[in-house]
Amino acid sequence: MADVQVDARGLNCPMPIVKTAQAVKAMASGQTVEVLATDPGSVKDFAAWSKTTGNDILEQTADSGVFRFVMKKK
Amino acid sequence: MTVETAPETAPVPAHEHEQPAREVLIINYSGELEKVWATMILATTSAAMGAPCRVFVTFWGLQNFVKDEKRITGQNWMQKMLSFMSRPGISHRKLSKMNFLGMGPWMMFKLAKQYNVESPKALLEMAQALGVEFIPCQMTMDMFGLTRDDLIDGMGEPAGAATVIGAFSSEGAAPLFI
Repeated sequence: MADVQVDARGLNCPMPIVKTAQAVKAMASGQTVEVLATDPGSVKDFAAWSKTTGNDILEQTADSGVFRFVMKKK
Repeated sequence: MTVETAPETAPVPAHEHEQPAREVLIINYSGELEKVWATMILATTSAAMGAPCRVFVTFWGLQNFVKDEKRITGQNWMQKMLSFMSRPGISHRKLSKMNFLGMGPWMMFKLAKQYNVESPKALLEMAQALGVEFIPCQMTMDMFGLTRDDLIDGMGEPAGAATVIGAFSSEGAAPLFI
C-alpha cells in the first residue's frame, strides 16, 4: 500500500501530472504515491515525469482503461 | 474506453543524472484563448516536472493577466478604446479562428468541461500555486496604460527584454514563445 493516493481518473492533460506533483511536494523522501489515471497519454507522461524528476516508477499496470502507477519520491 | 495494450510492470531503472531540471522561460505574447491555454498547460506541467518556470508576459499577453472584473483600462482615450474593443481578462479571451462573436469560445469551454480539461483560469491559479512566476513587461504596461492594480494578484516585479535574453543566454533557460 502506497503512502499517498492520487485519484486522477477522468482528468485530462496536464492534470494527472499536476495533481501528482502537488501530492509529491508534500511527501517525504522515500515515501510512495499511487496514482490512478484514465488518460491514455499518462503512460508516456509519467515516464517523462519520472525521468525528469528522478522519482522512480516502482510499479505500472493497466486494467480496463485505468492506469496505475506507484512511484517513489527521490 | 478500451485499451488494447496493457503495459505490464515495467519499472524504470534508477537515475544516474542528479542535475536539476533546466529552467523554462515562456514568453506569453499572444492574447488568444488557445494560446493562453497552451501557455498555462506548459507552465503548470513545467513546474510539476520540477523545472522552474517563469512566464514573461508582453504585448497582447498582458491582457490575459488583467483582472477579469476590470472592464476599461488605460489612462488616455486611445488606451481606453483598446480595452473597450478587446475586453481584457483571462475569462474573456477570443479564439484566433472561428470566434463567431463568442460562439467559438463558448463551444470550446463546453467541450473542455465535457472532456475534463481545466480552464485557462484554473490552470493559471494552479501554476501560481506551483510557484510559476509571471513577470509583466514594463514597456507594455506603460504603452497600454496598465497599473499593477489592473493586473491579477501575485504577479512578479515588472521587467524588460534584458531579463528575458539574460535568462536564455547566461542562465541557460529553455525558450518558448507563445
